[in-house]
Amino acid sequence: MIVELGAFALCLALALSGLQVVASVAGRLRSSPVLAGAGEGAGLAAFLAVGLAFGVLIYAFVVSDFSVSNVALNSHTDKPMLYKVAGAWGSHEGSLVLWCLVLTGFGALLARARTGEAGLPFGLKAVAVAAQGGLGALFLAFVLFTSNPFVRLSPVPVEGASLNPLLQDPALALHPPLLYGGYVGLSVCFSLAVAALIEGRPGAGFWPAWGRWIRPWALASWALLTAGIALGSFWAYYELGWGGWWFWDPVENASFMPWLAAAALLHSAVVTERRGALIGWTVFLALVAFSLSMLGAFLVRSGVLTSVHAFAVDPERGLMLLGILGLTAGAAFTLFALRAGQLTGRTLFAPISREGALVVNNLFLSVAAATVLVGTLYPLVLEAAGGATISVGPPYFAVTFTPLMAMALIILPMGPLLGWKRGDLIGALQRLAWAAGLSLLFALIVWGLFRPREALTGAGLALGAWLVLGALAELTERIRLFGKRTPGELGRRTRALPLAAWGMTAAHAGLGLFVLGAVVETGLKVETARPLEIGQTVAAGPYQATLRAVEIIEGPNYLAESATLEVEPLGGGRPETVRAEKRFFPAGGQTTTEVGLSFHGLDDVYLVLGERRLSDSGERAWTVRMNWNPWARLIFLGPALMALGGLLSLLDRRLRTVDTTRRKRSPA
Amino acid sequence: MRRLLILAMMLGLAGPALAQEPPATPDRPLANAEQEARAQALFEDIRCVVCQHESIADSPAGVASDMRRWVRDRIAEGQTDTEVRDGLVARYGDYVLFTPPVRLGTLLLWGLPLVLVLGGAGVLVWFARRRSGQIEPDADLTTAERTRVDNLLKAARTGPEDDATLPPKTRDGTS
Repeated sequence: MIVELGAFALCLALALSGLQVVASVAGRLRSSPVLAGAGEGAGLAAFLAVGLAFGVLIYAFVVSDFSVSNVALNSHTDKPMLYKVAGAWGSHEGSLVLWCLVLTGFGALLARARTGEAGLPFGLKAVAVAAQGGLGALFLAFVLFTSNPFVRLSPVPVEGASLNPLLQDPALALHPPLLYGGYVGLSVCFSLAVAALIEGRPGAGFWPAWGRWIRPWALASWALLTAGIALGSFWAYYELGWGGWWFWDPVENASFMPWLAAAALLHSAVVTERRGALIGWTVFLALVAFSLSMLGAFLVRSGVLTSVHAFAVDPERGLMLLGILGLTAGAAFTLFALRAGQLTGRTLFAPISREGALVVNNLFLSVAAATVLVGTLYPLVLEAAGGATISVGPPYFAVTFTPLMAMALIILPMGPLLGWKRGDLIGALQRLAWAAGLSLLFALIVWGLFRPREALTGAGLALGAWLVLGALAELTERIRLFGKRTPGELGRRTRALPLAAWGMTAAHAGLGLFVLGAVVETGLKVETARPLEIGQTVAAGPYQATLRAVEIIEGPNYLAESATLEVEPLGGGRPETVRAEKRFFPAGGQTTTEVGLSFHGLDDVYLVLGERRLSDSGERAWTVRMNWNPWARLIFLGPALMALGGLLSLLDRRLRTVDTTRRKRSPA
Repeated sequence: MRRLLILAMMLGLAGPALAQEPPATPDRPLANAEQEARAQALFEDIRCVVCQHESIADSPAGVASDMRRWVRDRIAEGQTDTEVRDGLVARYGDYVLFTPPVRLGTLLLWGLPLVLVLGGAGVLVWFARRRSGQIEPDADLTTAERTRVDNLLKAARTGPEDDATLPPKTRDGTS
């Protein structure tokens, strides 16, 4: 009965989204605030309805109602509660309900956005709410007609097939909601861009204001995507047990493309807002970013990645997703093409200026996104066209993507120090001289300390330090740390610095930390694998690990071979006990590895328990793989700092567009 | 009883991915350290042919283990890296290497990033040149903008600087 309520709520949400479109469009055409308000109300109600459906789905998982096909296929009574709940979005159907929940949730926020004097104009908001409703209706229809999570089973199975044990992990329980928040948050930028293309008027300050309206949505999406991707990467790092954290897998690329587009959008929207320039480009990016999100959903959800042929076997879902993508993106880009001629700003700027730097940033970011797109789709297109099957993996991206990003990162610290309209490059470089000098010195020292000494590692170290120090240099410029200032004035300046400025510094420094971690981990990690008897030792880098015991333990829904290892520095020191496990899940007949991680400053000692076998002397032995991953912590701390930077900027009072507080507006 | 059964299954299990898979033969590194390093570098570029998107360096599958042994054997026989790659492509097709081949069919794949970045840069330079004559300092400032600039300059001289990425708090309504 409760399950039918969920199915009903989904149908209701579809109807409400349809109503949202009709009422908003009618409200716009008749200039009727009542009708437009009804559209907004419908959007809010659609969100509540999807929320109810999602709640019901979680309930079905929590009580293990195996009469629901989706629960039977993805849950099990043995599963810990966290993974029962997370199982609700662990499957294809559930994840699409989550997608719709986030989509209508952002729609509800958009419906609550401020209007009038300091907010969205009436017409623009009505059209944006209509567009958002249209997206909601399309995806809800997709869920209901191809991926209904509430389909019943008869006869009811006694036990469920359980969730893929690889997904039974706290990081991966949280990963989809964050990632979808980012993916789908971009839908609001898309809807606002469509609305602006219809409602936009040249001149009169419309476009700078539009730039300000989309920035918080782009910022929130980008920050959520950053956190979601980093969490997914961390999961791959410690759950797959391969020692890597990014594989240029098409599934990873699918989330990385919208991230790159959102990063480009974030920066070009600043130019549109501040200078009324790059209007057409910013609108284009807003459309591209969400289109790439939908493309990502298509790639991951259609099965096309496994093989073009696997897709052809069951093409219904894939074709419908492709249809939604073609319809929405096609309509939006057609509209864009029709209006592109009117989107040129009349503002001019010199090539050497803040705008100029942001344009170059956008060039590199968008070509990088295009490169990832081509690298991901090319094998599919080639195979579908009857050509050979090829693989595009890390070596391809190392020679295409990496140089593009390196170029973007070299110019990054200069941008914020250049003035708008016409900048002083020599002056900016002078103010960055100490940062550049220190970066080179830092790179030389670290490069000298570690083996092997690769030229590329040295260059990467300098680049990472340049980003971190460049961000700090910009901060010190703002508070004028250097110069004759009293401590009181310094304090006042620091406090007066808006949150958005802190956010930018944190995000840029976080990127630098990530580069440092990625470069050092990739260039200097050491891996050893050998069979160990109890009491034997393996060494990697400056650490060694001794196998102390291996026992069989019983978890809530698995059995594990659990190895106890002692990790200590080679020169002697306090040993630390680490557990590495191999877990067997009887429900699905699968085995997973549970990596033993030992943290040493920024370095990780990474231990994987392998096969049991007989050693040469006939004793029982286990293959143990040990990695020393220097500075690996920065690979995940960096993006965390970037996401935090996004959050700080978002909290800046001046970016607040949604009327959440209802209190008296601060005097403007 | 059930637990014992599972335990027996588990101990019989070797391939971490699938219960049916035969146990992987353990890796035996080459005695020659230089050759082993070459083999390790090659492993990163070779795709495990039964996995989703894994190199044989990472994959725990039995097939990957066999492929690693095959590569080590070829290197021990004295083959060059190119010969090993060619041998693999002859057996499994281009699919087996993570580095796509460079030939007519992949021209777009390899060329597009360079073409886009050079083309984009060309367009930007063209724009900048066309406009360079038009930039007269302050010439296209409206009265409102000029007032704003004056206020900003005054604020910069006397008080805390306004945020550089955001408009000033005052007078920037929808206008």
